[in-house]
Amino acid sequence: MRQDSDKLIIGGRAFNSRLMVGTGKYASFQQTAQALEASGAEIITVAVRRINLDRSKESLLDFIDPKRYTLLPNTAGCYTADDAIRTCRLAREAGMSDFVKLEVLGDEKTLFPDNEELLKAAKVLVAEGFTVLPYCSDDVIVCRKLEDIGCAAVMPLGAPIGSGLGIRNPYNIRIILENITIPVIVDAGVGSASDAAIAMELGCSGVLMNTAIAGARDPIAMAEAMKLAVIAGRLSYKAGRIPRKLYATASSPIEGLLG
Amino acid sequence: MRITVNGDVMDIEDASTVAGLLALLQIGRERVAVETNMEIVPKASYDSHTLLPGDTIEIVHFVGGGTGDVDETGQ
Repeated sequence: MRQDSDKLIIGGRAFNSRLMVGTGKYASFQQTAQALEASGAEIITVAVRRINLDRSKESLLDFIDPKRYTLLPNTAGCYTADDAIRTCRLAREAGMSDFVKLEVLGDEKTLFPDNEELLKAAKVLVAEGFTVLPYCSDDVIVCRKLEDIGCAAVMPLGAPIGSGLGIRNPYNIRIILENITIPVIVDAGVGSASDAAIAMELGCSGVLMNTAIAGARDPIAMAEAMKLAVIAGRLSYKAGRIPRKLYATASSPIEGLLG
Repeated sequence: MRITVNGDVMDIEDASTVAGLLALLQIGRERVAVETNMEIVPKASYDSHTLLPGDTIEIVHFVGGGTGDVDETGQ
């Protein structure tokens, strides 16, 4: 199939799907599982938290087969490099995988990355053998530094987390794409399927989202829409779009018009 | 002896191991990570790592989450 020759390679592993999804904010674990299925995602993010000592409650992994998905533990809620590093170490021990989605947030209002702390954490984690996927600003200088450190990808935001504003920064994303060789994955900002397609048409290697699916009126239908949008956007990018022109160009031949 | 687990004070038998604590709490060892006093205990050491009075233990696992947020669904 067409997609087989177009795999996404991250940290030496190949993936068919270029859509990554978060597992938060769903109405139930059943709905989470159904949305993941509909999205076709192979990489899903999870958070690391204290286990509930009251074991009567169900947990996410009772509903999701960790053998089927690549679990990408995140450091959501971490505001310092030290907290993020600690969380990644725990995640590796719990999941036995080196993949981590590193995020170090700057403040609660914007949830923008604290790039200084992010770089500090990335350096330590790469040295410890982690495959680091950092959520970062749409800043090519920061992205280049993350690449130099040895991150497996960069994940610039398209708009604030959970905002659904779409890809507000296509030119910054393009500059990053032109200057970075590791995969660029848009993380945060997507609201609808067309946003996901735009990110892919820009040439991004993938898109990560959570709220756009989980917060939709019908999350399972939206998961499928996102799956199709990412595929369509990727094909459109690879197919090469026509140049934009101000005036019309007729699609039917002029020759042989009735006199 | 008295220890703190995930912020809760608990009394458990003296010389309990990490494995013993997990069994007591009915927590499977596969999908969790354990810290004692901020140090990760490797899974291979759960049977041999003996807890001490006053130890602060964190037991974590994976929950639903996307960027910047954590799921409270069913937690």
